[in-house]
Amino acid sequence: MPEATTTAPAPAALSLKYGEAINAALVRLLTEVPETLLYGEDVAKPGGVFGVTRGLRRRFGDRVFDTPISESAILGSAIGAALMGRRPIVEIMWADFSLVALDQLVNQAANARYVSRGEAPAPIVVRTQQGNAPGACAQHSQSLEALFLHVPGLRVVMPWTAQDGYDALLAAGHSDDPVIVIENRTLYAGEKTEVRIDGSPRPAGWTTVRRPGRDVTVATWGAITARVLAAAERLAADGLEVEVVELTWLNPLDLTAVLDSLGRTGRLAVVHEANVTGGFGAEVLARVAESGVPLSTAPVRIGTPDSRIPAAPSLAEALVPSVDAIAAQLTKLVQEKP
Amino acid sequence: MGDAQVLDTTRGLADLHGLWRIRILEEKVRELRLSGEIVGSVHLAIGQEAGPVGVCTELGADDAVFATYRGHGWALARGVPADAMLAELAGRTTGLNGGRGGSAYFTAPRYGFHGENSIVGAGAPIAVGAALAGKYDGSGRIAVTVFGDGALNQGATHEALNFAAAFKLGVVFVCENNLYSELTPIADMVAEPELHKRAAAYGMPGERVDGNDPAAVRDAARRAVERARAGEGPTLLELMTERLVGHYIGDAEQYRPPGEVERAKQAEPIVRLRAALAAAGVTDADLDASESRAREEIEQAAGTALAAPIADGATAKEHIYA
Repeated sequence: MPEATTTAPAPAALSLKYGEAINAALVRLLTEVPETLLYGEDVAKPGGVFGVTRGLRRRFGDRVFDTPISESAILGSAIGAALMGRRPIVEIMWADFSLVALDQLVNQAANARYVSRGEAPAPIVVRTQQGNAPGACAQHSQSLEALFLHVPGLRVVMPWTAQDGYDALLAAGHSDDPVIVIENRTLYAGEKTEVRIDGSPRPAGWTTVRRPGRDVTVATWGAITARVLAAAERLAADGLEVEVVELTWLNPLDLTAVLDSLGRTGRLAVVHEANVTGGFGAEVLARVAESGVPLSTAPVRIGTPDSRIPAAPSLAEALVPSVDAIAAQLTKLVQEKP
Repeated sequence: MGDAQVLDTTRGLADLHGLWRIRILEEKVRELRLSGEIVGSVHLAIGQEAGPVGVCTELGADDAVFATYRGHGWALARGVPADAMLAELAGRTTGLNGGRGGSAYFTAPRYGFHGENSIVGAGAPIAVGAALAGKYDGSGRIAVTVFGDGALNQGATHEALNFAAAFKLGVVFVCENNLYSELTPIADMVAEPELHKRAAAYGMPGERVDGNDPAAVRDAARRAVERARAGEGPTLLELMTERLVGHYIGDAEQYRPPGEVERAKQAEPIVRLRAALAAAGVTDADLDASESRAREEIEQAAGTALAAPIADGATAKEHIYA
């Protein structure tokens, strides 16, 4: 028998944009987890430079607050508060800015659990956004996931859909590990979609087959998934079926989903927005190679060439893999003789 | 000590014992490092014992201390058992962190000692967070972050000072100014060697304290702690002290002018406090007992520590994730 509730149940689904979905997850965490604190530069009274945290200060008072422009103090204080039992969620406005305080992520947060043998973990959530968009400059456009992924102790998730944005934040807020949630500002202004906001937090590590196909597996993540899907649509018109596996979580990584797909296709391409050298695509390829799953052609990495990212849209677009470029490389891969 | 008439000899004897415990622990650490039981970089605080002894008596169990790699003395003053600390330094299973922290990065949260830190200045923002948590969790917790003079030239420390001041957080910033930033004189690296003056720029009190006098340290710490507990915000204390040893064990100290260490030895905390207590009428027997009790404790702790098994390599990958 269900117990009588005294409050009206929240609607099970809402029509939300990507940023609104993340806002909804923050509302839920602030409501359900009293230890949650939310802070960062311009997140409270202004509601965030991208509006993601709008309305939360008014609703939750001083558990949501603005900070000085001090990334070391933001991340370090989050660690200290987490050590004392709070659940801090902090925003680093642009992923590029995390570099001024990398010590707090790499030397401090990632070490806390390990050095104390689990006695003093620092479960912080770092929300940030990255990637190229028209008008960005070289210090506001980098894709840095591989940097974080090289650090044992940190979790990394890169949600692409509004639903995944919601689920990722909720999972991160309940995680006992430090989690870096990497959003992408090109997604904030996207369409509204149905987002389920009830139910238990989804366990970290999910992967989604966004499109089934038999000819080639593309493992991808983040905002560039949209371009991969557009390329796949175009190739389908030519009779080439691309299976698109979106790795929402890069740590923990669900490699099995990639291997399962390769069992069906026998060909692998990795597509990411980040630079190719040392990118996480290299890691996915290496793990596939180590798994021994047979491939009928050599795998390829499709990413931004090892360049800085320029400001002018025409220059940046020449570097970041386009739908055309992705489609061309996938065609070439499939046409290679086994 | 200055004024022997007002010396509280009971308090003074307790302080002397506290100084000796740290001094003898550090001497034991040096011995074990030289014999090879402890390996790697070890930073002793011989000569700097008055800081932890003076500050820690003002703290409660919920308060959080964040120290640096020169933190053995702060841990001991916080109540961390010497045997578990020595076991940690010697890489034993019974060490505070089972050998994961070592001499420069161990942590003992259950004693309110939230770690050493091997990154200069990094502990200050973390301490700010511990105080921040105290604002929300009803504990009334304050945080103490300890760092050297060199750390005041690190960006993270400035961010922490400003953050704590802007939000009136209960943080006591304790700068142990031993005149050297690792191997380089602080005076060569700043235009204003009175580091406590920086506090004014952040809108908090700053005070230079005789860091070789536990009573003077305690008085200053009490003012800072009271201010922090009252919600009035942080304080920067600059404890003037000198280390009687190198930056690390093996440091040849060629950068120190001749005679400097010898002069420092005349002004070091134990010599001074012992003389003051003797002048105040404490007997040699009582003074000697303070040392011998400490020596007995540390000897026993070292025996216990070294009798424990070496940390098991099979456990090395545990506790990376929840």
